[in-house]
Amino acid sequence: MNRKYLGYLFEIAWILPSVAVPIAFMVAIVITAFAVGIAVPGDAGRVDPKALSTTAPFDQPGLRELAPGRYEAVVIAQLFNFSPGEIEIPAGSKVTFIVTSRDVIHGYKIEKSPINMMVIPGQISRMTTTFDTPGEYYIYCHEYCGAGHHLMVGKLIVTPAKTASTNR
Amino acid sequence: MATARVSSVSITAERAEVGVFATEYRLTGLNMLIAFIALAIGGLFGVMQALQYNGIDLYKPISPILRGGYYQGLALHGVLNVLVFTTFFIIGWLTFVTSRSLGIPLASRALGWTTFGVMTSGLLIAALPLLLNNATVLFTFYPPLKADPLFYIGLTLVVVGTWLLLINQVMMLRQWRAANPTARIPLPAFMAIVTMTMWVICTFGVATEMLFLLIPWSLGLAPGTDPVLARTLFWFTGHPIVYFWLLPAYISWYNFVPQQAGGRLFSDPMARVAFILFLILSTPIGMHHQYTDPGISEIWKLIHAIFTFGVFFPSLLTFFNVVASLENGGRARGGKGWLVWVFSLPWREPSFTTQVLAMILFAFGGAGGLINASYNINLVVHNTSWISGHFHLTVGTAVTLSFMGITYWLVPHLTGRRLWSPTMALVQAWTWFIGMGIFAHWMHMLGLLSMPRRTAIGAMREIHPEWEPLLPMVAVGAIIMFISAILYYLNMVLTITAGKKDTVPMVPFARAVSGPEDGPRVLDNFKPWLAIAFTLIVINYTPTLIRLVSEMQFIPGIRSW
Ligand code: HEM
Ligand SMILES: [Cu+2]
Ligand SMILES: [Cu+2]
Repeated sequence: MNRKYLGYLFEIAWILPSVAVPIAFMVAIVITAFAVGIAVPGDAGRVDPKALSTTAPFDQPGLRELAPGRYEAVVIAQLFNFSPGEIEIPAGSKVTFIVTSRDVIHGYKIEKSPINMMVIPGQISRMTTTFDTPGEYYIYCHEYCGAGHHLMVGKLIVTPAKTASTNR
Repeated sequence: MATARVSSVSITAERAEVGVFATEYRLTGLNMLIAFIALAIGGLFGVMQALQYNGIDLYKPISPILRGGYYQGLALHGVLNVLVFTTFFIIGWLTFVTSRSLGIPLASRALGWTTFGVMTSGLLIAALPLLLNNATVLFTFYPPLKADPLFYIGLTLVVVGTWLLLINQVMMLRQWRAANPTARIPLPAFMAIVTMTMWVICTFGVATEMLFLLIPWSLGLAPGTDPVLARTLFWFTGHPIVYFWLLPAYISWYNFVPQQAGGRLFSDPMARVAFILFLILSTPIGMHHQYTDPGISEIWKLIHAIFTFGVFFPSLLTFFNVVASLENGGRARGGKGWLVWVFSLPWREPSFTTQVLAMILFAFGGAGGLINASYNINLVVHNTSWISGHFHLTVGTAVTLSFMGITYWLVPHLTGRRLWSPTMALVQAWTWFIGMGIFAHWMHMLGLLSMPRRTAIGAMREIHPEWEPLLPMVAVGAIIMFISAILYYLNMVLTITAGKKDTVPMVPFARAVSGPEDGPRVLDNFKPWLAIAFTLIVINYTPTLIRLVSEMQFIPGIRSW
């Protein structure tokens, strides 16, 4: 009988933290996601992949300055490149990426940043972040999209000075 | 140990028992044979991938046979290892566990053979386009990548075949209950039936995807298909499938490893509770694989994240129960102290050691899984090689190495031949443990440096300078695992063909310190738990599925390989 109680005691001593620790993690996640604003992509609407050349904003892919230090990058992912493939912004800029695919599923991941999205034909992927540290960052397609998938790499250049932006 | 002494009386009894289960044993053996042939071929590509990362391209020499290069190899690696190896092994293993635990043969042997026949035909049908480079869509087959229809039809048949085992199990349980109206369901059979029930429920997702989206579309009957809807249905099955792989390993950890450790299972009721929680919580959380997907609202992603943390709980219960059982064994063998009892465990017994090493790496896999599940933290790791590192610890080790450990006693038992070399088996277990530890560690690190997964790194225009110093370690780990695999297959082939003929008894099911009588009877009644499971699935999936169906687009298929 004593042994049994000891067993229950051990079980409780394990179960309580097993409940408490995941709850603590969950609370931390909710705070960072909704108070600090590190958000995952959500439902940003659909678009017809066959009509990209006539549908705004994808009829004009590229970088647009919305306000000082505030940008919007419209990107089309396709076999096997991004358009535009290179984006240049000054440090401190806040950029919203609006991405879709012309053909199959691709990925859009910018190294050393939270930008990490699946890019799905028919869907619009949208994420915003701020780039503070100057440098050159690779943009990878990180979903298998076909024979040339490993060639599908873009670049984000964060320039030190608050100079005018360019894109191609 | 492999050479356990048994009296002549029990040997005769054992022979008679084996006679009763002759068909079940044949089915178990055949399923496992196909499983391990698949793993041998699939595993080979793993080494080739790790070498390709380092500029050693073994795909050119084999291009006359496989034209598709890296990605065709990767499709074979994924499909053969996690769809074919796991599924066939599990169907064989659960056939064995259910019949031996209830003490009765399959209710319908004809149905048992049909299960095997349907699965095997499905495998052959899917293998054809895979080998001809007409299904290089990887094991997730996300549309609009469009494979040969035979690929989808074959995989569907494999899944449909597995469902038949549940029918057999339910009939067996009825028979058993009629003969034992007041007894509690034996724990191993209970777990085997819960596993199959969960699997049949969750495969509703992929079956719907196949039958209503992919098969008609690939046959040209539909102009296109909706990729987000297809992904959502895929992951409806795709998360619970990891429990379909894991629970059969848990069945061994709960019911055989404590016995092999020389002790007892700590708590039978706690084990039943854990399995019921898996039944309830495995499925309504699949969107945690879609945190970075467009077209799905953040709120539903967050709700799935919360439930994912919930399913972490039964895994923690398992961790506690299994470690407490090991401690029970260690102390029974004279072990003392807080931790020193570990050294009293039977480390020279290959099946035991193999599975305990699998458990140790699984602890790291579980911790990584918690990170993956963490909603926005997932942004750091999603689709990087971190994920590859993670699931080689879970399915690639916790599951695969445990299954190997099971065969170290089960194959001698099934074939009546002693294990060829217990020492070789021990070396195999440790080399897998070490090789995988190295491989997985550096894959995780590379993932943190944004190295994409599913990518022929060696063929990139520029390899990131930060990755270069780490890539060789991936190959080192891979080569050590490759050596381990060779030792495994050598040992098994020698056991089957040249092992010393002997009656090798089955490892008895472990008894529990705290038996089923310490838990409420409702644990054995599936109805309330099934009702809760269905309710949660309906709540967590219906709004998203209804919206996706109503917004459905027909995106045309593409062959981009
Ligand atoms: C010799 C041992 C193994 C080695 C060296 C190895 C190596 C690798 C590597 C390097 C990748 C990443 C490929 C990429 O993302 O481009 C990979 C992917 C994968 N491996 Fe393994 N692996 C081994 C064994 C296993 C085992 C035993 C399993 C499971 C039973 C497994 C399941 C997988 C799966 C599911 C993928 C992902 C495929 C995909 O992304 O489509 N591997 N493996
Ligand atoms: Cu790609
Ligand atoms: Cu999952």
